[in-house]
Amino acid sequence: MVAAPYLWLVVFFAIPFAIVFKISFSYMVTTQPGYAPLFEWVEEAQRLVATLNIANYQVLLQDSLYLSTFLYSLKVAAISTVLCLLLGYPMAYAIARSAPTTRNLFLMLIILPFWTSFLLRVYAWIGLLKTNGVINNSLLALGIIDQPLVLLYTDFAVYVGIVYSYLPFMILPLYSNLEKHDLTLLEAASDLGARPVKAFFKITLPLSMPGIVAGCLLVFIPAVGEFVIPSLLGRTDQLMIGTVLSAQFFGARNWPVASAVAIALLLLLLLPILLFQRYQQRELEAARR
Amino acid sequence: MAERVVDRHNQYLRIEGVTKRFGDFVAVDNVSLSIFKGEIFCLLGGSGCGKTTLLRMLAGFESPTSGRILIDGQDMAGIPPYERPVNMMFQSYALFPHMTVAANVAFGLEQEGVARVEIDRRVGEMLDIVKLGEFAKRKPHQLSGGQRQRVALARALVKKPKLLLLDEPLGALDKKLREHTQFELINLQEQLGVTFVVVTHDQEEAMTLASRIGVMNKGQIVQVGTPTEIYEFPNSRFVADFIGSVNMFEGRLIEDEPGHVRIRCEELDSTVFVSHGISAAPDARVFVAIRPEKIEMTRGQSAEGENCVGGVVREIAYMGDLSVYLVRLDSGRMVRVTIPNIERHDERIVWDERVLLRWQPSSPVVLTQ
Repeated sequence: MVAAPYLWLVVFFAIPFAIVFKISFSYMVTTQPGYAPLFEWVEEAQRLVATLNIANYQVLLQDSLYLSTFLYSLKVAAISTVLCLLLGYPMAYAIARSAPTTRNLFLMLIILPFWTSFLLRVYAWIGLLKTNGVINNSLLALGIIDQPLVLLYTDFAVYVGIVYSYLPFMILPLYSNLEKHDLTLLEAASDLGARPVKAFFKITLPLSMPGIVAGCLLVFIPAVGEFVIPSLLGRTDQLMIGTVLSAQFFGARNWPVASAVAIALLLLLLLPILLFQRYQQRELEAARR
Repeated sequence: MAERVVDRHNQYLRIEGVTKRFGDFVAVDNVSLSIFKGEIFCLLGGSGCGKTTLLRMLAGFESPTSGRILIDGQDMAGIPPYERPVNMMFQSYALFPHMTVAANVAFGLEQEGVARVEIDRRVGEMLDIVKLGEFAKRKPHQLSGGQRQRVALARALVKKPKLLLLDEPLGALDKKLREHTQFELINLQEQLGVTFVVVTHDQEEAMTLASRIGVMNKGQIVQVGTPTEIYEFPNSRFVADFIGSVNMFEGRLIEDEPGHVRIRCEELDSTVFVSHGISAAPDARVFVAIRPEKIEMTRGQSAEGENCVGGVVREIAYMGDLSVYLVRLDSGRMVRVTIPNIERHDERIVWDERVLLRWQPSSPVVLTQ
């Protein structure tokens, strides 16, 4: 029974990962399944021949397009994370400090969007941001602008989409941390001469660091690989890595290259993931004390 | 209790007619109190009596609904906690978990803008006083309960406050540590000369620590006095019952002279002669309070005269140093008697023996309320 989680991980993670890893060393062929087999039994020589095609990885390193795409994805994810933090921290703080009854209401409101389709919500932003959309029409009607703003298919639109979609992932871990804070610590700080703002930076902020780290990683890691939002809302001249992967896989049907991109993405995120694991571990130990 | 320097001319802390209401609930009801510089004053009372609310008003976490608080002559109205010359030691200690012991103690000094060199010196000094010098780099979770308490104390005292407020300081400690810490606290207070205001529900703690005690009930101060005054001369049934154990008998005042009174008690089926006068109406209904340790118990059959009553031993609780006897009087009433175990075991009075209980005329306290 203890083995059940491990079994789950093996079936749904380890095996698919191994498959993707294997495909990334292959090359594209026009027959089914679309990529050449890694291992071939050569009857004549009575040998198992393994063909490892590293050209896919070479392309990733040599083609400047891939490099700029990776960097762009990291940049967008990083900025979105910071925006989520700046917006999400005050919200999480306000919820944590509110009365228990209102608190549950606020939490419900945060989680409510998840009950609707993610895709539909992104499409809704198209309706809001497009040239003939709700925002532009309202601003024109109010006379604030006389030419519609270009909001859609820009970096701005991608940020709006990502921050809007990922904000709950920042708020919930932050709230979970802030809610557990001992408020007598703030009284003690006040008693010792610290004004409320000082007490926040010296006491609340350091103690909320695990929540901040958890929230940032929960936003950053998936945001790097995000492809729905940049596909629907983003620029056409600069793609994110998720879009490229999707184009290679579905568009060009080049599974090997797409797999190589996926593996490269995973390697890129290895450091943040390990950081996340380490923080989770520390939190568990702290809670046990 | 050693002799401490209390300046009885300096009413350092004056609480004048302070009331605190939370909606319809009156937590503190028109309390007036003067606390002298250098003393340890204990606010003693059960849960919900208002003592913690009063303490929080002194610290600045709550504002009085009416009345005022003056510290060293300065009115504290509208002054927030971070501007008051007062520091508090919290019941839960409230140590900052992410800071070392030294950083915790240094926190208050940093807020004052003291120079780093000076901070390090004073922190080192304070840690040595509370005997935590070698623990400076540890974090609170690496310390024992008693050590954490000393950090909390050091943190509050390092700022040399005019007033130190302590909220149930010994509550979280085990019995042996509590006794040890009680004396340490007293020594510390004498050494530093800081005025202490302690809030506690534990009467033993109050009796040991305090130079004066203020007993509280339902938001009001019921009696203020030294531990001796409170114990030997309670002013009401509530105080007599709250502090220690007491035997309370209802009676009628039959003789009222300046030098003595006589009270007829039905439960004792006898007269109590008390060797001091009281102020009450003749034939008034009064209560006679006699402490268990003030009663003499001897074997005997019939009670004669005043201040004497007979009964049968029903229960004995052996505490080692003394024994608590529950004696059933002929009237059916149970009386609690405490006898130190002076005699050897086989000579002591045992269950179902008939005994005579006697007390000195100066021992009972007559209460009219």
